Amino acid sequence: MTFEAVDICKAFDGFEVLRNVSMSMPLDGLIGLIGPNGAGKSTLFSVISGFMPPSSGHVTFDGVSMNGMSASTRARAGMVRTFQVPKEFSHLSVRENLMAAAPGQAGENLTGLFLRPGLVRRQEDGLRKRADAVISFLRLDRVADSSAGLLSGGQKKLLELGRALMVEPKLILLDEPFAGVNPVLIGEIMERIRELNGRGIGFLIIEHDLDALTRLVSRLYVMDQGAILAEGEPVAVLADKAVRDAYLGGEA
Amino acid sequence: MLSYLLAIVIITLIYLLLSFGLSLQYGSVGLINFGHVGFFAIGAYTSALLALSGVPLLASFCAAAIAAGLAAWPIGLISLRLRDDYFAIVTLGFSETVRIIIVSEKWLTNGVQGVPGIPRLFSSLPVGFEAQLATAALLLLVCAAAAFTIWRIINSPFGRVIQAIRDNEDALKALGKDPARFKIQVLMLSAALAGIAGAFYAHYITFIIPEQFVPLVTFYVWMAIIIGGVGRISGAIVGTVLLMTFLEGSRFMRDFIPGVSEVEMASLRIGVIGLLLVLFTLYRPQGLMGDYTKR
Ligand SMILES: Nc1ncnc2c1ncn2[C@@H]1O[C@H](COP(=O)(O)OP(=O)(O)OP(=O)(O)O)[C@@H](O)[C@H]1O
Ligand SMILES: [Mg+2]
Repeated sequence: MTFEAVDICKAFDGFEVLRNVSMSMPLDGLIGLIGPNGAGKSTLFSVISGFMPPSSGHVTFDGVSMNGMSASTRARAGMVRTFQVPKEFSHLSVRENLMAAAPGQAGENLTGLFLRPGLVRRQEDGLRKRADAVISFLRLDRVADSSAGLLSGGQKKLLELGRALMVEPKLILLDEPFAGVNPVLIGEIMERIRELNGRGIGFLIIEHDLDALTRLVSRLYVMDQGAILAEGEPVAVLADKAVRDAYLGGEA
Repeated sequence: MLSYLLAIVIITLIYLLLSFGLSLQYGSVGLINFGHVGFFAIGAYTSALLALSGVPLLASFCAAAIAAGLAAWPIGLISLRLRDDYFAIVTLGFSETVRIIIVSEKWLTNGVQGVPGIPRLFSSLPVGFEAQLATAALLLLVCAAAAFTIWRIINSPFGRVIQAIRDNEDALKALGKDPARFKIQVLMLSAALAGIAGAFYAHYITFIIPEQFVPLVTFYVWMAIIIGGVGRISGAIVGTVLLMTFLEGSRFMRDFIPGVSEVEMASLRIGVIGLLLVLFTLYRPQGLMGDYTKR
């Protein structure tokens, strides 16, 4: 039950953005990924989640190689990512965004829609309840029925997280979930992440808010200029000389 | 006169089925299909040939829908995972291929000579007004059922996903849903509607030739939905009615414009349609029936 990225390289027009990146985590792990702007963190997410082919290297998930799998197939296999810049369904309401995220809906097939109307109705009722629970957890009650395109930047980040929560996959990759989110809510989201992790859902989290992240995760990977610079237990990693020079401006 | 009006109503309703499908494809998942007439042709020939070999019309109509729907499946499979504009080219090529196969496979389709003597609907009724009226009524019923089906789809979990596809395909993929799968279903459904339209056409005209299935038919339908408004049932209705009024009306107009031959009139008609399309795209891209950003 592990997730593994092995020797991932990615170059854009000769510019190497990822250089032999390898990482490995148990599927129920809670892992952080940090590094300066432009280090290649989001690009690594895109390669792992199947949105970009790597130049070389491969990803295995639960013992299965994911090479050549499309992004949606990888997500169905149990690995869901969020985006640093939110990609909301702008013409759907917040509630509809969340409901659309849930897997296994009979009403998403024309055959199911017309042949099993009762099942579709029951599923919709259940989904609406689950969506409303996520909405009140993320404090989006007031905008539940607004078009997602009209939300503020921070609200869109919350919605991005909320959709991943609706899926409840095996592993969630979060790209800067706390960016633009108010401090009280950050604390509650961390609580929720811990609780889900306790139920066996793994998290790999990119975040610049080191205070929050180091309190949350049990291991930390540090990237710089496309390569893994350090990995290990958060406090030890942050004390590392090379990490301080690359990321923390070498202070103190 | 009454029977002439009924004839126009019937052809308009047949075109309306074509418009519904194209409008659903473009309005909901943004598919630019330039080969809609290919599915119309498959429906027409399937039902006509089956009926001539003794299959009851109810079964031949169903077969027309299924054949056209299934023909759409490989088209979707090969082209929908590519860029959007490939789809337009692939579908245009598809409809011309269908027509050329009809021309060349004489053993089956009788080539350019066409298929004559296709049985009418309601052949038990006396030929003429009653049979026409019954055909029009049945078509109206089928159109209403198609409109209801589309409305039901748009306001369902399936409709939610197709709106999501228009908003952000990447987000949908990240959640584990494959946009192509939904597009293929929309494509197959629209193709099946076109197949039913083709069956009605064949059994109404009773004589079909490959020349009736040229790309111009597809572009007439495009014109109808662009003028009426894409992605709306009301838009498809208004656009189709206006298109038919124009096509029929321009026939009479020739009597009032001196010195214009039938051939010149045909060119003039296409010229006017082209001009209208340009003007609409420039000044009213959402069509006559309003705003299509909301579902
Ligand atoms: N599609 C692309 N084409 C060319 N260069 C790209 C592309 N995507 C990313 N890059 C480059 O790759 C580098 C890494 O980008 P990436 O978004 O992965 O950084 P990051 O670590 O997520 O940074 P941040 O913390 O600012 O989000 C950047 O220099 C960026 O310009
Ligand atoms: Mg980033």
